[in-house]
Amino acid sequence: MKKVLSRIYLVFIFILLYAPIAVLIVLSFNKSKTRAKWGGWTLEWYVKMFQDQAIMSALYNTLLIALLSALIATILGLLASFSLLSMKHRTRGFVLSLLDIPMLNAEIVTGISLMLIFIAIGQFLSHWGYTIEFGMMTVLIGHITFNIPYTVLSIMPKLRQINISTYEAALDLGASRWLAFRKVILPDIMSGVLSGFMLAFTLSLDDFVITHFTKGPGFDTLSTKIYTEVRKGIKPEMYALSTLLFASILLLILIFGRARRKTAASSQPAVY
Amino acid sequence: MKTKRRFWMDGPYLIWTAAFIVIPLFTIVYYGLTDKTGAFTWSNIAQMGTPERLKALVLSLLLSLLATFICLIMAYPLALILTKMKIGATGFIVSIFIIPMWMNSLLRILAWQTLLERNGVINQILGFLHLPKQYLINTPYAIALGMIYDFLPFMLLPIYNSLEKIDSNVVNAAYDLGANKLQAFWKVIFPLTLPGVISGITMVFVPALTTFVISDFLGGSKVLLIGNVIEQQFTQVGDWNVGSGLSLVLMIFILISMAVMQHYDKDADDRVTAL
Repeated sequence: MKKVLSRIYLVFIFILLYAPIAVLIVLSFNKSKTRAKWGGWTLEWYVKMFQDQAIMSALYNTLLIALLSALIATILGLLASFSLLSMKHRTRGFVLSLLDIPMLNAEIVTGISLMLIFIAIGQFLSHWGYTIEFGMMTVLIGHITFNIPYTVLSIMPKLRQINISTYEAALDLGASRWLAFRKVILPDIMSGVLSGFMLAFTLSLDDFVITHFTKGPGFDTLSTKIYTEVRKGIKPEMYALSTLLFASILLLILIFGRARRKTAASSQPAVY
Repeated sequence: MKTKRRFWMDGPYLIWTAAFIVIPLFTIVYYGLTDKTGAFTWSNIAQMGTPERLKALVLSLLLSLLATFICLIMAYPLALILTKMKIGATGFIVSIFIIPMWMNSLLRILAWQTLLERNGVINQILGFLHLPKQYLINTPYAIALGMIYDFLPFMLLPIYNSLEKIDSNVVNAAYDLGANKLQAFWKVIFPLTLPGVISGITMVFVPALTTFVISDFLGGSKVLLIGNVIEQQFTQVGDWNVGSGLSLVLMIFILISMAVMQHYDKDADDRVTAL
């Protein structure tokens, strides 16, 4: 009885979380242009979205920012993890709590604070005739900022588990610092680095609030484009594009996860 | 791990933290406490006192507390069930938390419009069952539902993690000493998961209190939350001083909940496992 109840509960939660996603996928095949009516199945929107300049440029911006911000945040997070671990306990706690602010703070406050600092920098630079343009660059900086804590939190625990003697042994055996880092430390923390990167990529891909406040007119990511479209009626192409993105990430992760499990399984006995 | 301090290692992220995290927050304080000419004033903060803004703030507090409470009573049993399942639970957690994130978050909320509308999916099902149609969309309850839907995983993960960490010997000891199931839960299990519960509460409360997207999409223009008031101040009115002043008031509530979290969550690294 108890088991049945808990199964029912799990199914209920699953429906709650996945009903909206199912709705969106179904809508992407809806022939009727409005959400309220069902007009039969069609693949029209999947073709039309590729012909829509605005949607394609929003997609390009979204992917480019996700990729760059995840990459830069991972590099900064890696440096931060090394640096933090070599700090004294108290200093580390302090710096870490500063670094964590974007993760714990409300997104709207982070967004507003970034918008204001860009305005302030712009006013400052205007004395010398420079301007700050709200667009790709400001959004990218915003995304890197909220991504850093997540990469640090993925990488630092892995780094902490490393035995420094192996690194020192590599140095003693004549390896350069860079070689020792690449051959000894990096393989051990790679899973943390990768999961940090993936997390940052996903968060950036899905972000709306920070982008909303740091973008300028004429620059759009998919999220901000959806937000402005909601008022005038959203184009069905958006459902198609999001479904396609959703499906491709799901597919990628399945393949990627499987390959990783395979290599993990085959390399495990060889470690010791 | 100890290595020698080097600027190329410390420099980049420390400069980044100062430039784009710490100084921007002080910029809000500066704009919030000055007027257009740069002179000191409290008037931006006092702007929160107008009836409609107070109403929005109170409604935000009520709805976010309601959503946090419902998330808690939904997530705790769920976490208990998942810990008992053992095998496959991690996979379930990943799918429950990560996979929905690959569908655009704005569209996911928008999808609730389709579900809740006057002629939406839920009302059509009700009609099919010969039940009366319900007025669901553009109500505070629709907003609360959106919050619960969007933030439930933030409650689930920390609770699940703290349940996972409990040593089963401790629970068995309670049973050996004559505790019944209820006693073992309230006296042993629940207190041990309190840090997880607290961090779940703050992780739901802060985003729920400050959202403007959920109320935009599910409340129509009829229901304004404090997030909407502030957002409009920046993007439509364009008055950064008043907007910053209102944000400062909002930050008081965020700071309170962050302080509570800090108090219970001494080891900041613990949160890593929540991801």
